[in-house]
Amino acid sequence: MEKQKQKVNVPVIADLFAKGEKPEYLFWVGSAGAFDDRYKNVTRAFVKILTCLGVSYAVLGTEESSTGDVARRAGNEMLFQMQAMMNIEILNGYEVKKIITCDPHAYNTFKNEYPQFDGNYQVIHHTQFLKEQIEAGNLKVRTDIFDKKIITYHDPCYLGRANGEYAAPRKVLDFIPSEKIEMKRNKSDALCCGAGGGQMFKEAEKGDKEIFIERTEEALATGADVIATACPYCMTMITDGLKYKDKNDVVKNYDIAEIVALSFGI
Amino acid sequence: MFTSIIFILILSGATIVFYRKVRKITRSIKLGKDITINNNKLLRWKRVLFIAIGQQKMMQRPVAALMHVFVYAGFIIVNIEMCEILIDGIAGTHRLFSFFGGFYGFMVSIFEFFAITVMFGCAIFLIRRNVIRIRRFWNKEMTLWPRSDANIILITELLLMSAILIMNATDSILQTRPDSHYTQVGSFMISSIIQPVFSGLPSSSLIIIERFCWWFHIIGVLTFLNYIPYSKHFHVFLAFPNVYYSKLFPAGEMANMPSITKEVRLMLEENYSGQDDDNEEVTFGAKTIKDLTWKHLMDAYTCTECGRCTSSCPANITGKKLSPRKIVMDTRDNLEEIADKLFNKKSSEKDDEKNTRSLFDFISAEELWACTTCNACTYECPANIDPLAIILEMRRYLVLEESAAPGPLNIVFSNIENNGAPWQFSHEDRMKWAKDIYMNGKTETKGKCSGYS
Repeated sequence: MEKQKQKVNVPVIADLFAKGEKPEYLFWVGSAGAFDDRYKNVTRAFVKILTCLGVSYAVLGTEESSTGDVARRAGNEMLFQMQAMMNIEILNGYEVKKIITCDPHAYNTFKNEYPQFDGNYQVIHHTQFLKEQIEAGNLKVRTDIFDKKIITYHDPCYLGRANGEYAAPRKVLDFIPSEKIEMKRNKSDALCCGAGGGQMFKEAEKGDKEIFIERTEEALATGADVIATACPYCMTMITDGLKYKDKNDVVKNYDIAEIVALSFGI
Repeated sequence: MFTSIIFILILSGATIVFYRKVRKITRSIKLGKDITINNNKLLRWKRVLFIAIGQQKMMQRPVAALMHVFVYAGFIIVNIEMCEILIDGIAGTHRLFSFFGGFYGFMVSIFEFFAITVMFGCAIFLIRRNVIRIRRFWNKEMTLWPRSDANIILITELLLMSAILIMNATDSILQTRPDSHYTQVGSFMISSIIQPVFSGLPSSSLIIIERFCWWFHIIGVLTFLNYIPYSKHFHVFLAFPNVYYSKLFPAGEMANMPSITKEVRLMLEENYSGQDDDNEEVTFGAKTIKDLTWKHLMDAYTCTECGRCTSSCPANITGKKLSPRKIVMDTRDNLEEIADKLFNKKSSEKDDEKNTRSLFDFISAEELWACTTCNACTYECPANIDPLAIILEMRRYLVLEESAAPGPLNIVFSNIENNGAPWQFSHEDRMKWAKDIYMNGKTETKGKCSGYS
């Protein structure tokens, strides 16, 4: 089939509002999604899917700011609450009801912590959204890109243990023609990538080993060709782990949004 | 008559001492900040049923879970016999319930069966701790006392169960001797096996052994009861309320700080009028046990030091100093120390409270900052203890009261404050990723997407 490259325009909520339009979803890009070079690709993959599906959505654009997750877990409650209240004011100003995000930390903060400040939204992680779309038959599989590949999925702590979502990402992967394999520690027993609670931004304390290397080794032990992640921190850590183990040429680290976009030829 | 008086004295003494210690622990727990936990009662009872009574979270480690059920269920069932022992002791009777006849013999046989399961469980536990030396029982915080504590508990339970079996075996033999006057109830399932060991002894010796075991058992039980509140074994009582009051899901939610909310609202909202009721000084975060809530302190007394949290902690697995179990054990040690000073001294000496140690004398910043907040520890704990909450409250103290975050995190804070991202990127660049995105797919009809191979 001939390729039709179509330009994707990412709608900004302020522009829609100026035209009197109100999107159904707010897509929360997150700081990593906007600034991290690797994770920007995940953001792009996900907006391609949103665009292709014709979903009514918008982003906050330059009005977006940190959710404050890192600040809160690093002990700076003052900064967290300032961020929370400012964000809630903006979100409520645009009458946001539903938030989609690729970041489990943002997901957790919006879902569980913003209600502490009267910010109540329906919050959806992108893997949950993708699961629903695929189950409804809204995306059609066109490529066999992962056909002969083995995929192992690394559970992000803030999606898994923190919020009990182990099924949605696995169901999405089940739709991708490929072989799936679990790591020894998975779901509720999954080992953290090592980046949560502020660790992403500092050196690890003295120890025998880096956590991300321990986890990457566990993933490599499965013999998988692809390590699937669903969190910007996990992606940074696993990608670093693959580089450290000198495996980044043979084993790929993709976010579930990327796997879907690639597999569906979007 | 004389023995009844002795028995009643021992029993009342043990009960009073136990009551006083439990009251002291209750007062210690109440040193924590007052919070109200009374929502969702039905769910809380359900969790008590499944997690505490039903041992649900133990099952993640099946071997230990099975042995624990042997000891837990066995100990409860064996101690039904305590009813008879207590009444016999007070009334000076012997095997008062034997008038049940065959049913009595059947019940005692059941008790004996469970005594054996308890002994089996304890033996395996001792082997796991001392012979196989499973790693989580030998971490750094498992110093001589915690290790001995565990062994004392297991050996005591072995001895108590042995006493019951020997008592029953000698009793059964004595029933057949015409020169003694033991009530006829027949032999029991397990103790009949060890009868041959004693059958050659004269009745007088058998009576001494039988009576010794009876007294050894009851005094042993009462001593053990009074040992429990000083030991990690206190979980046999506190696991139930601790699960009841434990945090409901989702695990990812951090406790709010209303005192901060007030300050932030004053800053952000011009016409905010927060109540100016309390002039008392609030500490942000936790420096001492009094800055933690009573629930955190109950956690500390509930911990039985099994180390499941530590053995699943990513920081600990990779050799960092942090051990969630140590955090909980330290909290308890600090609390005990402070409670001793507060409750045991005259009120005039209370002002040397300032000289008491804080949580930071037990727990270092290095441990606190190694946590990834991954919730593996809270997920693992069979008694729903929350070590993460204590870690986070202490981090809050370090940052909000001492501005003592690690340097790189201070940079993150100022980045978030200045440009709304943990990295030093400008607000204005937040949409750069959205330039020049091209896709292969097309919208078939609204809501349907078709890609290309």
